[in-house]
Amino acid sequence: MIANLEYATLQQIWWILCSVVGSLFLFLTFVQGGNTLLWQVAKNDVENSLVINSLGRKWELTFTTLVLFGGALFAAFPKFYATSFGGAYWVWMLILFTFIVQAVSYEYRKKPNNFLGAKVYETFLLINGTVGVLLIGAAVGTFFTGSNFILDDYSRVTWTNPLRGLEAAFSLFNLSLGLFLVFNARVLGGMYLLNNIDFSAMDDFQARLRKAVLINFLCALPFLLYVLVSLLLMKGFSVDTAGVVSMVANKYFLNLLAMPLVLGLLLAGLVLVILAVFITAFKGSTKGIWLAGLGTVLVGLAVFFTAGFNNTPFYPSKADLQSSLTIINASSSRYTLTAMTYVALGIPFVLAYIAYVWMKMDAKKLAAHEVMDHEVY
Amino acid sequence: MVDIDLSLVNWSRAQFALTAMYHWIFVPLTLGLSFLCAMFESIYVRTGNEKWKAITRFWMTLFGINFAIGVATGIILEFEFGTNWSNYSWMVGDIFGAPLAVEGIFAFFLEATFFAVMFFGWNRVSKGFHLFSTWMVAIGSNLSALWILVANAWMQYPTGMAFNPETARFEMENFWAVLFSPVAMSKFTHATSSGFVLASLFVVTVSSWYLLKGRHLEMAKKSIIVASVFGLLGSVYVAFTGDEAAFEDAQHQPMKLAAYEGLYKGEKNAGLVALGMINSDKKPGDAQSPFLFEIKVPGLLSLLANREPGSFVPGIDDLVYGNKEQKVMGVAEKMKIGQQAVADLAAFKQARKDKNDVAASAALTRFTANKEYLGYGYLSTPEEAVPPVSTSFYSFHIMVMLGTLFPVMFIAYLFFTVKGNIAEQRWLLPLGVISFFLGQVAGQMGWAVAEVGRQPWAIQGLMPVKVATTNIAVGHVQATFFMFLGVFTLLLIAEIKIMLKQISIGPEGM
Ligand code: HDD
Ligand code: HEM
Repeated sequence: MIANLEYATLQQIWWILCSVVGSLFLFLTFVQGGNTLLWQVAKNDVENSLVINSLGRKWELTFTTLVLFGGALFAAFPKFYATSFGGAYWVWMLILFTFIVQAVSYEYRKKPNNFLGAKVYETFLLINGTVGVLLIGAAVGTFFTGSNFILDDYSRVTWTNPLRGLEAAFSLFNLSLGLFLVFNARVLGGMYLLNNIDFSAMDDFQARLRKAVLINFLCALPFLLYVLVSLLLMKGFSVDTAGVVSMVANKYFLNLLAMPLVLGLLLAGLVLVILAVFITAFKGSTKGIWLAGLGTVLVGLAVFFTAGFNNTPFYPSKADLQSSLTIINASSSRYTLTAMTYVALGIPFVLAYIAYVWMKMDAKKLAAHEVMDHEVY
Repeated sequence: MVDIDLSLVNWSRAQFALTAMYHWIFVPLTLGLSFLCAMFESIYVRTGNEKWKAITRFWMTLFGINFAIGVATGIILEFEFGTNWSNYSWMVGDIFGAPLAVEGIFAFFLEATFFAVMFFGWNRVSKGFHLFSTWMVAIGSNLSALWILVANAWMQYPTGMAFNPETARFEMENFWAVLFSPVAMSKFTHATSSGFVLASLFVVTVSSWYLLKGRHLEMAKKSIIVASVFGLLGSVYVAFTGDEAAFEDAQHQPMKLAAYEGLYKGEKNAGLVALGMINSDKKPGDAQSPFLFEIKVPGLLSLLANREPGSFVPGIDDLVYGNKEQKVMGVAEKMKIGQQAVADLAAFKQARKDKNDVAASAALTRFTANKEYLGYGYLSTPEEAVPPVSTSFYSFHIMVMLGTLFPVMFIAYLFFTVKGNIAEQRWLLPLGVISFFLGQVAGQMGWAVAEVGRQPWAIQGLMPVKVATTNIAVGHVQATFFMFLGVFTLLLIAEIKIMLKQISIGPEGM
């Protein structure tokens, strides 16, 4: 069946798959958000250790999802991979840098003779959760605001801004998206910790987390509103059937109207997140993470679909409209997409064992006595 | 063509080499130690002997410390193809990206998921499921190696693809040809088994140190038994697969083989250099002797390279300047054809732009006839096709010498441990203590052979490195180079200090 799919269908399938991986990554940034909460919610060593150990059992998943996001884009949309990573050099380099220092921090933080000291490793975690997530938001923002590149006949990239990608962080829209993601990650982080930790005899700690969820959500709101309103009002990039790119007023608003399903995803996602915050802050629920996680995934999907479908170039160029990348001109060959689609049949299986192991490992909540022995992070 | 900034190319190469070589300090240990941990744990589950549990947990702790930094150094490599080799990424993303994506889907998640069970599941899941998870981590790590090595092998021996002039890039035609290319198989088997050897050496090193200090004797001996059996099997296999790797080089990258053997004048019945010192003044085509001194095993190279005694092995001069008698086409000749192909491609592109179908199809026909040597069209001189000879030569010979030492050493360890007097072998134990470092040297040298010997090509014969880079000012690459040098070195120091501390603490209760 896969062998008979149209090229255009395959391109759409792969945009959907990449969007799913990207959106799952946004959900999994609860690890990054949790990293930044450490300084606020944990008031003593036990609480500190609980937070780090709880996150430390999940960080690899987030990290690996990021790696997969990169790999999937490389395979499915190599022109995007080449243009964006090579062009917006510094954004990606700095994002990676924050993930590199994060990767060792859980393992090394409390080990004796660890050279840099626990505080430095905790700072690494903080940098990852703030700078890392902020820049990811800025990078995603350029899907709508455009970047500064020109492609020649051989598709080689010339970046026309000397900041090599860092300029993305100086746009109010991109910055707001980044800050929204930072606060959203903190909301998710708080909910995850509430779900994962055994709070017997630590009511205080629990209350602090619940409060943090609410406060961070309130901080996220203005940025979210700014992003949404600008998105509806801004001029957007559009591509016609001949492949010519032009600017169209209210393009992304029109996209949402043209794709009611996507609008539905967006609204459902937002409602779920709000609901999750409500039951966490006011109803004493520990299940918020699942609602908010699903909500984040849905919003993420809506964002990626708005950027890539309905004749929209998902990686537009401000410097040269006609260099803009669409899911059609940036994709791999039909053969590769077909082969990769067979490979993708394995994804449900992978998701299933991840879920199985997650449930098995988290059947018992993480308790204070477990993080006091020396084998842990 | 855009102007090529050679210092940009070299800094990009330096950065890739730096990050890859750091990654390779930790990766082989992960590849092998994951299996050793799985073996130790299997013995524990079988025997129910708590001592084996302590042994398992001890080595697992060291595994975890190593794993974290292995992952940290890996992520940058994956994105570096895009950031620093963006022309390359676009030209070959079709073929090269697929293995990376498969690796992400199947290998990395296996590792990441079961890693958490392996470390935190002792009291949360059953004994059986825990053991299963440990094996999954081992299999997952070695699967990661498979896919990335498939990608690397494709750069050494591009197969299963065709050049599409419309898009000016290579497109995959046969996934299985890419996956099961003989070079990929030889790379996978050689590189993973070299990881098994390295991890066995690590266990031997730590255990020998305990024996010398008179501490944790029982655990040291028990560990040595398992490690030296695994290491012995591994090192014999490494030698076999290494021989296969050299054979593949002879078939697909004869220039690389000639370089690491220091062979300038091709010959029938060529000898294998056992030991030698390169004459650094020697240039291709001149009359100087390539060696200041050398010891050769007569006839062996012909046998190894072609599996046929007395066969002809081309040298650097034959490959650069051609050898009519032996039907070897020289680089100069290939460059002419290649330049024609580059020009035809440009003509084709122009005709397409002008919507001139007749001219386009004529250019396409000419291009198709010449495209096999497309990459040579970008070289400036025939001599540019020669990789650095002395680096290749010494790297190769150091690797092979160490590769012959290791099995002998494992046999000695096995012999004395079974006899029960390993702790008294005061001459052997110091060798054991340094053996891990020798293993590290062998592995790094191996990559130097493989990658430096591939120069000037990013993709053998099709794309030189100077065409593969990202168009960026060299200062940016220098900045990231030093950024990575700094942070990786810092993390390496931290890793070593933590390791040493954990080793000095030793296993619990043994
Ligand atoms: C413990 C490490 C170790 C040891 C003892 C050996 N090797 Fe090795 N070798 C490697 C570790 C390694 C490696 C790091 O894994 C490489 C780098 C690239 C690769 O695929 O494997 C490699 C590459 C490599 C290559 C280059 C392949 C290419 O062109 O891409 C050859 C020809 C050999 N090896 C041959 C040998 C021989 C004949 C050995 C004799 C026993 C040997 N190696 C021992
Ligand atoms: C982890 C083990 C590896 C090590 C230690 C290693 C080592 C090196 C070295 C020393 C160089 C510099 C060669 C030169 O410029 O003269 C290099 C370059 C390079 N290697 Fe590797 N390599 C490794 C794995 C790989 C793999 C698996 C791939 C591809 C999948 C790869 C792709 C490249 C590329 C693209 C370059 C830059 C271009 C070039 O100089 O050829 N390397 N590597």
